[in-house]
Amino acid sequence: MIFPMQRREVIAVVASTAALALLAGLPLADDGFWLALAISIASYVAMATAWALFSGPTNYVSLATAAFFGSGAYVVSALAETAPWPVVLVAAALVGALLALATGLATLRLSGVYFVIFSFGLAELIRQLVTYYQTQVTGSVGRYIFVTISASEIYWQLLGLCAIALFTGWAIQRSRLGFALRVIGDDETVAAHSGIDTARVKVLLFCISGALIALVGAVMAPRFTYIEPQIAYNPMVSFQVVIMALLGGSKRLWGPLVGVIPFVLLHEWIAGRFPNHTHLLLGMVFLLVVYFVPQGVSGWLEKAWRRIRGESA
Amino acid sequence: MRKNLIGTLAVSAALMAAGFVHAQEIKSIKIGTAAAKTGPGAGGAGVTHWPNVKLWVAQVNKGGGILLKSAGNKRVPVELIEYDDRSSNDDAVKAIERLATQDKADFIIAPWGTGANLATAPVFAKYGYPQIAVTSVTDKGPELAKRWPNSFWLLGGGQHMAGSLVDLLKKMNAEGKIGKKVAMVHVADGYGLDMVAGARPALKAAGFDVVYDKSYPLGTQDLSPIVNEIKGLGPDAFIAFSYPPDTFGFTEQSKIAGFNPKVFYVGVGGAFPVYRNKFTAATIEGVMGTGGWDVASPKIQDYIKAHKEANNGGEPDAWASSVQYAALEMLQQAIERVGSLDRAAVTKELGSGEFDTVIGKLKLKGNVRENPWAVGQWQGGSFYGLAPTNLPGAHAPVLKPAWK
Repeated sequence: MIFPMQRREVIAVVASTAALALLAGLPLADDGFWLALAISIASYVAMATAWALFSGPTNYVSLATAAFFGSGAYVVSALAETAPWPVVLVAAALVGALLALATGLATLRLSGVYFVIFSFGLAELIRQLVTYYQTQVTGSVGRYIFVTISASEIYWQLLGLCAIALFTGWAIQRSRLGFALRVIGDDETVAAHSGIDTARVKVLLFCISGALIALVGAVMAPRFTYIEPQIAYNPMVSFQVVIMALLGGSKRLWGPLVGVIPFVLLHEWIAGRFPNHTHLLLGMVFLLVVYFVPQGVSGWLEKAWRRIRGESA
Repeated sequence: MRKNLIGTLAVSAALMAAGFVHAQEIKSIKIGTAAAKTGPGAGGAGVTHWPNVKLWVAQVNKGGGILLKSAGNKRVPVELIEYDDRSSNDDAVKAIERLATQDKADFIIAPWGTGANLATAPVFAKYGYPQIAVTSVTDKGPELAKRWPNSFWLLGGGQHMAGSLVDLLKKMNAEGKIGKKVAMVHVADGYGLDMVAGARPALKAAGFDVVYDKSYPLGTQDLSPIVNEIKGLGPDAFIAFSYPPDTFGFTEQSKIAGFNPKVFYVGVGGAFPVYRNKFTAATIEGVMGTGGWDVASPKIQDYIKAHKEANNGGEPDAWASSVQYAALEMLQQAIERVGSLDRAAVTKELGSGEFDTVIGKLKLKGNVRENPWAVGQWQGGSFYGLAPTNLPGAHAPVLKPAWK
């Protein structure tokens, strides 16, 4: 790294490496329900962190997550039986980045609600294009993915993606790019006047974020066995990622992490106990969260941490 | 000698006690199920999955439960554990894992929909649960059964269903009832594409003159241009491989345009009771649709009555509902024949045994149900199975009268 690391950062790196090693051992303890739950959590941590890489500092709320996720899954359906797995992953990341590049160039000059609406439309547009291609060219919408990748292997790959997403976020934060992003997030006009090429910075970030989400889609695809556009481009993915990231707090790199874990556990707990009223209860919990923890879990944790230190000091 | 006697008594008492304890252990048979209660799949699962699961559990428990030899030849009631998969395949996988490892369900009912059944198939296989998949239309049944020998596929595929329809048309043509002109339209999605892929070569081989063969995108609202264009071509048979909203749309538009071919066939939704209730029995007289059953059989009549009672007057649809119920009957009979909750033995029995169900005698071949119903027709307010024409209870087709 260009800058020497501070002591706090060294501790953070050592601690997260240890945590990662510990988490990687999970499939040895249980390869059933808990592993399935861990796969859910890891996939959403990776996606929400990647989402927050772009949307956190720039304040551009993107609902295009499903577009990247689905495209990654489709790359697998097209290549998995002919190409080696690492090649498939690289292709998925490239497709995600190119998709972000094309849409970013066209739209990142939009701001606020216009961008939100466009990004939501993007997932739908891609889904229709894939459907059109499949109906007109291949003559079948559904695709079978018969690759033998175990649940444990999917989980390890997702853990790797989480680590990459967090590391990328950390590296960006301490680079010139990160500084430029923070200026854009605070005031885009000021950023432009200070000589920052705002469009370029935003597009670059969007590409990194899109590539990571496409990778999550690719890694998750073998778990579905069968995909069709409705399954791959599920808009719920976009919404859940935003909700989880905002619940955690998108201003901190580790914010999405502390949002995803309680969200998935709570969702699972409510779904198990009250299968007929899941959404009703979840909605009520959200209302309470927004009311009592408006700054997100990360903000709340930081406040609590400061209070503890303040009292003990 | 005395010592021996006491010893024997003690041993047999211990054995009896063990047997007694064992018999007491099974208080209920845990049956798990996960399907959509919310999301895009909720509508379909609400027609074919949930009402039949509910009906079956109520019926079984009314009779005391499932007869188990291993539980001292007693009937053991069924305890249903249900989850909502929120129409997401990732959640479906999680829910099946949960049923298998956390709830330790004795058996698990296959989920609703092609995608969910395929996504969860590896999980069913991993834990050795039989998976009797009903609501998944696939031509790959034999291949899937080979991949997962514990999976069973009951609803057939597009090849068979479209082939049966063409056979029926061929027969009507040979009898001089209809001419050779066919107009065919399909929705550009899974079901439509599978069906048209089966229908095209079959129509060609049978020497039909296909005057119209186009697709329309999923969710098309205005179908009047298609109907008007086809009306101008004057076909003898109109075939629409459509989804429920378009099935209703084609019917409505054809009635408005006065398009009245001798054969009027619609896809999914044509066999739903709500279709008849919307248009009235007189209007849809002679309309053909995907699905079918032997509606006149006493078993189906009893089933319809029981289904209505258990579901606040809700009628079953004439395609997948009765098959879903039959799948659950198969499971019960297989468990009773094996006499215990041994999943491997039950799976074996499902593949090899013959079962007496609401849809008649059912015996799978290579884990796939051969020759399922493909085409039915509304006659006097009831949906009768027409094709395959060699099935017991198959009705003779009538030519469609003018719209009323």
